[in-house]
Amino acid sequence: MTKIVGLVNVFALLSLLAVGGGTAVLPQMKHDTTDIHHWVTDTQFAEIYSLGQLAPGPNMTCVILIGYMVSGWAGAVAVLFAFFFPSSLLCYWVGSAWESARGSPWRDAIQRGMAPVVIGLMLAGTYAVGKIANFNPALGWKYNGTTLSITAAVVALLALTRINPAVAILAGGVAGYILLR
Amino acid sequence: MSEPAPRVSLARIFGAFALIGVTSFGGGIVAYLRSALVERHRWLDEEEFMAALEISQTLPGLNSTNMSVLVGRKLRGPLGAAAAVLGMVLPGAAILIVLGFGYARFRHNPDVAVVLSGVAAAAVGLLLQVTLKIGWKQLLRPKDLVFVILVFFLVGVLHVSLVVTLACVAPLVIWLNRPGTEDRKEGA
Repeated sequence: MTKIVGLVNVFALLSLLAVGGGTAVLPQMKHDTTDIHHWVTDTQFAEIYSLGQLAPGPNMTCVILIGYMVSGWAGAVAVLFAFFFPSSLLCYWVGSAWESARGSPWRDAIQRGMAPVVIGLMLAGTYAVGKIANFNPALGWKYNGTTLSITAAVVALLALTRINPAVAILAGGVAGYILLR
Repeated sequence: MSEPAPRVSLARIFGAFALIGVTSFGGGIVAYLRSALVERHRWLDEEEFMAALEISQTLPGLNSTNMSVLVGRKLRGPLGAAAAVLGMVLPGAAILIVLGFGYARFRHNPDVAVVLSGVAAAAVGLLLQVTLKIGWKQLLRPKDLVFVILVFFLVGVLHVSLVVTLACVAPLVIWLNRPGTEDRKEGA
């Protein structure tokens, strides 16, 4: 039961902190779930995030697997509720106020001011996953060179072609299977 | 909303968002939302869609679930919002649970581990590309770049908590961008 309370506390706060989407809370989520609570290891965190990429729907739905690993079905349901309900409730209430603030100069100020903060958070999220997914000192230069190449190839593919991101993700899995074995 | 919209059943809202949820593979959910909500169901016009998207991106939470809340509320109030969010999230959650079982069983299999490593590396590429695509304007503007780097270091490297970071940085950036400080050249 204490574990469920812990899960709800962590994910409800993350829900309300997810400015600019789920990527913004990845560093804190990783820090909370691995370093602080030891619910999952670094590698498990990255693998759970990868599973999120393989399933349809919002990628961050993968958080339920952390709940499941901590305390089974109850944990999964608790995390689902904690991660999606607070931000949805806030959006329900504040959304209409925000809509009626259309044209207010302070609304523009908030949007312009927060834009670089969101980008900084997204970069930190990318870095948090990248540190685990791309660089593992224990596995030597061949492993790390390959994972960094896969990342670079995906960035280039997405920037230069109109490839579906899901195809790029699956291609990464195939590349991993061929190159990393 | 120029003409009164006919009452939409909760099951239909759930079904429509479930379909968006299961077909929006690998990100790019905005395009799926637009084609379903504006073109297929005509629940929103183009302008309402853009307004809802802007709200979804500004408020905390995932863009996709915030969009679901706003559209569901417009159609059927609180129950509509709940039906839309559940429709968006539950099908993916069910598939993830199945994947999770497979993962729990096979994660020590070396073949599975290397596939997941490849997927994780590709996911980082996707994250990086999306960030650059959304953020290139901020990255090229020195006064914004300072805050991009500051927030990255505080949260990503120094692990300062997000609450503390936002409480310190948000008032500052909003004040620095207060009304009257817009870059006239860009015409915003």
